[in-house]
Amino acid sequence: MAKSWEEINSRIAAGEAVVVTAEEFSGMAAADGLESAAKKVDVVTTGTFGPMCSSGVFLNFGHSDPPIKMQTITLNDVPASGGLAAVDTYLGITEPSLTRGIEYGGAHVVEDLIRGRAVRLKAIGPGTDCYPRTEIDTWVTLDDLNQAYFFNPRNAYQNYAVAVNSSDRTLYTYLGPLLPRYANATYCSAGALSPLLNDPTYRTIGVGTRCFVAGAAGYVAWEGTQHNPNQVRDEAGVPMAPSGTIAVIADLKQASPEFFAAATFTKYGVSAYVGIGIPIPVLDEEIARTLALTDADLTATIFDYGVDRRSRPSPGRVTYAQLRTGEIEVDGRKVPVGPISSLPAARRIASELKRWIAEERFSLTQPLQLLPQPGTQSFKPLEIRTEEAI
Amino acid sequence: MPRKRFDLRFPPRQAAKPVIYHLVKDYDLTPNILRAQIEPGQQGRMLLELTGRKEAFADGLAFLEREGLTVSEAAADICLDDEKCVVCGLCTAVCKPQALYLDDDFALKFDKDKCVYCEACVIACPRRAITLRF
Repeated sequence: MAKSWEEINSRIAAGEAVVVTAEEFSGMAAADGLESAAKKVDVVTTGTFGPMCSSGVFLNFGHSDPPIKMQTITLNDVPASGGLAAVDTYLGITEPSLTRGIEYGGAHVVEDLIRGRAVRLKAIGPGTDCYPRTEIDTWVTLDDLNQAYFFNPRNAYQNYAVAVNSSDRTLYTYLGPLLPRYANATYCSAGALSPLLNDPTYRTIGVGTRCFVAGAAGYVAWEGTQHNPNQVRDEAGVPMAPSGTIAVIADLKQASPEFFAAATFTKYGVSAYVGIGIPIPVLDEEIARTLALTDADLTATIFDYGVDRRSRPSPGRVTYAQLRTGEIEVDGRKVPVGPISSLPAARRIASELKRWIAEERFSLTQPLQLLPQPGTQSFKPLEIRTEEAI
Repeated sequence: MPRKRFDLRFPPRQAAKPVIYHLVKDYDLTPNILRAQIEPGQQGRMLLELTGRKEAFADGLAFLEREGLTVSEAAADICLDDEKCVVCGLCTAVCKPQALYLDDDFALKFDKDKCVYCEACVIACPRRAITLRF
């Protein structure tokens, strides 16, 4: 029953493609059998909406008169990089404000820009023959900028940790407050809707894949940072702990505040909820098998954040179906558990992407280059060495 | 047995009187102090949940008023800003009495009767969408 990318794209162009979300697809496979669902459906859409710290935007402000080489740059008091050409910058979303700390950061600037709000730009330059101005203080909106695009080095983590805390004090983490002595647990994945969990060995998601990024049409630009294809996998080949990642690029001017939301994790820092959705072509039964997996088939690993080492001990594994019930068992104890990744938003993203493909004829792109495959690269730690030891 | 929540205001000089003891001993009411801010020489405030027989309520409250306290039905509330909320669900992970919970569709729900105003959700919410009115 193999279908080619070209066949699927021509059906999309003709408005004839059958597109369903990953949740709908597993329902169809359960009701009519995998073979029938695989035959019937051309594209399965996925979605996720969780905090993704490794995100940011490239901005170009245009030149003032006289021009300035911006070296120390702030946007609403949030520092942005001065390490690029004169009026280019990169603003990382986790950067805290100089005046408001983590209550307002890079993510909040990005959200303000998407919402059309004016942002105060201040910069200092060295004053050179070609860029004589040494200071600037002005206001900019997203419309004023020449280019503004996301370049998120690590998004859409393939699976993630379930966090618990065995210690005696509350820990404030990027997975939220973890109450002492296993009093709660948090997790962060869209489970069966998660893009990379639906294509566990990166057959269709690769460099050049067109996708949904914060409401804009963007692309997978590269493997994400910390992409680790060699994580432990289950019988279906799906990683059971954090593994693959993607870097994405997309036009900030097309982004929507519905799918990008700044976040502050108390006593941790700034982050942002980023909506990512990726269409997966139903090329054959092999990919259909992983597309049909449900939360009951997907496993996450529990990690104890109460042990402050790089390798945290794991008190076990749970399925996403167990996590979704709101209570898991850890070391024989019943532990209430809550998500950090929004399931309603993930569903909206998968549905919106479905609409793009079915109604706006959003076509799929075959990867220009595959992401590093299982068995190809290891995930390296950082060792602390002295100069003499090199 | 009926259960009600009250907002008690203590005049500055009244802070040392063991009124809670009397509510238990003399009126057979079961108090549950949800929040309290009582310091010597200052007006104090307490959010108190009382469980007891219907008749005992009126007598108990009359006693508090005789002692100089101002008593009103509690207006404290957790306010959720729907514009800001992204329904991630993190607040449900820190809410010990499970007043905040996700329903079968993963929509966020709030059961006011279970809330103990601990503010764990206020601190946890990454969108700063939850505030406490007290």
